[in-house]
Amino acid sequence: MSKLFESEIKSNVEVAPSVFKLEVDAPEIAATAKAGQFVQIKLPSSEFTLRRPFGIASTINGVKIFYRVVGRGTEFLSTLKAGSSLNLLAPLGNGFSMNASSKVLLVGGGMGLAPLLSVAEKLREVEILIGGRNRDEVTFWIKEFSHLPSIDIIFVTTDDGSYRYGRKGFATDYLPEILSADKYSAVYTCGPDIMMYGTALEAIANGLHCEICFERRMACGLGACLSCSIDTINGRKKVCKDGPVFDAREFIFNT
Amino acid sequence: MSELLKTEICGIKMQTPILSASGTFGFGEEFANFVDLAQMGGVVTKCLTLKPRNGNKGVRIAETPSGMLNSIGLENPGVEKFLSEILPRIKNFGMNVIVNISGSSVEDYGELAKLLDVDGVAAIELNISCPNVKDGGIIFGTNPNAAASVTASAKKNTDKPVIVKLSPNVTDVAEIALAVEGAGADCVSLINTLIGMEINIETWKPTLGNITGGLSGGSVKPVAVRMVYQVAQAVKIPVIGMGGIRSCADAVEFFLAGASAVAIGTANFADPNVIMKIIADLEKYLQRRRLKNISELVGKIITQ
Repeated sequence: MSKLFESEIKSNVEVAPSVFKLEVDAPEIAATAKAGQFVQIKLPSSEFTLRRPFGIASTINGVKIFYRVVGRGTEFLSTLKAGSSLNLLAPLGNGFSMNASSKVLLVGGGMGLAPLLSVAEKLREVEILIGGRNRDEVTFWIKEFSHLPSIDIIFVTTDDGSYRYGRKGFATDYLPEILSADKYSAVYTCGPDIMMYGTALEAIANGLHCEICFERRMACGLGACLSCSIDTINGRKKVCKDGPVFDAREFIFNT
Repeated sequence: MSELLKTEICGIKMQTPILSASGTFGFGEEFANFVDLAQMGGVVTKCLTLKPRNGNKGVRIAETPSGMLNSIGLENPGVEKFLSEILPRIKNFGMNVIVNISGSSVEDYGELAKLLDVDGVAAIELNISCPNVKDGGIIFGTNPNAAASVTASAKKNTDKPVIVKLSPNVTDVAEIALAVEGAGADCVSLINTLIGMEINIETWKPTLGNITGGLSGGSVKPVAVRMVYQVAQAVKIPVIGMGGIRSCADAVEFFLAGASAVAIGTANFADPNVIMKIIADLEKYLQRRRLKNISELVGKIITQ
């Protein structure tokens, strides 16, 4: 059940160009949040009308989120210092099912890697395919994931090939080869829609259960405003309430 | 809840004169963790149409200076699902359920009003002011004759009180209000959103998939107060005021302008418990001003 919290910022630091890691002291959220759930942050300024939704990236030693500065709201958020207070509405949404029988492959791109970090923290055995435009976009994620005990292998792609220990291209280019090893019981993906749909098709073609985690503009986060509605084979669903995590088969339309 | 805030509007007994605005509060149940729904004057539901609607494509909201644009486009599950699944569920919260409806013809409004003339529905609110759909809503709200026809059609088909929600996107809002009063409306509510748009200067494309949307939130409040004042001066039926109310102080302005009750909309998004704060603060305000009931505030603006 979601609630309102006043939480203190523990740290708010830039981990890559325009990408920040925010850590707040919120023990109750940390104790109850499931991987894939999100938080709506109220920016402490009368300039803003709406909260901003962020996927929960970690619940160890405080609640962590990652955000890229893309507009006025995230720019303001990036100026907040440790010790100041934030009003949070959390935890929201459903989260990943987390009931895979064996190893799970995570496939993430950009800020979509945040909820997958939370998955890697909570599952026993995972491998991850990290996709990004360039080296700056992937190196901090590799650092975050590499120290987790659940992580076996990290695969990396960059669009421009600037990360030299990874491949040049999209995550979905690399995916068929990774899946051919035939050692996963499920695929969880979060990132740009096109990456997630490509991942879902490949996973399903390999007979794997696949869950996808959406990011959408939203106002309430409670299922009331319908800003974030999407089409599924089972009719209209709300990303904030019915998701943000969905069984990928809900998006295989017979067109 | 004390007697201070109790009121009655066109036969609907209300614990407080604070309602939710349609489209911002779902069917009430979404906010049950944050608001004691039975303390509200009523929950005005998301707009219902005869058939389910998916709403508009593309981006449907954008934040603006002190407000937001939306172009949801009346997405809703349709009246049948409301009656069979949602109403039986929300009845248990003990609140007044005011159902907002929209149609694409005069007959649609009558049919919807008839279908909703059931136990558990306290009143019907006619949405003749949605700026985000082509085939209904606002086309009835910007013409006095069309507004009157829709009102009469609904009135003929229900014994429930009929509230007509007015559009601010008109030259003379009082003219429309008088027309619906003449057609039998029991109450008017205003304002719906103001038509607006935003353009992305990098892509040169409109932010919203629908190009234009409805502006709501703090920035529309002065326009709303002015229109509530104008309408309250013109009609004898009660007025429900709304538009950018974020605090008790904002709400008091609407009561002074002539609103018998107010609705909270966009503010629910940032503060899902804001309605409880406004109720508590309004009670304190009445005590401080030594008033015995909210009715002593309604229309008491001093203009000379």
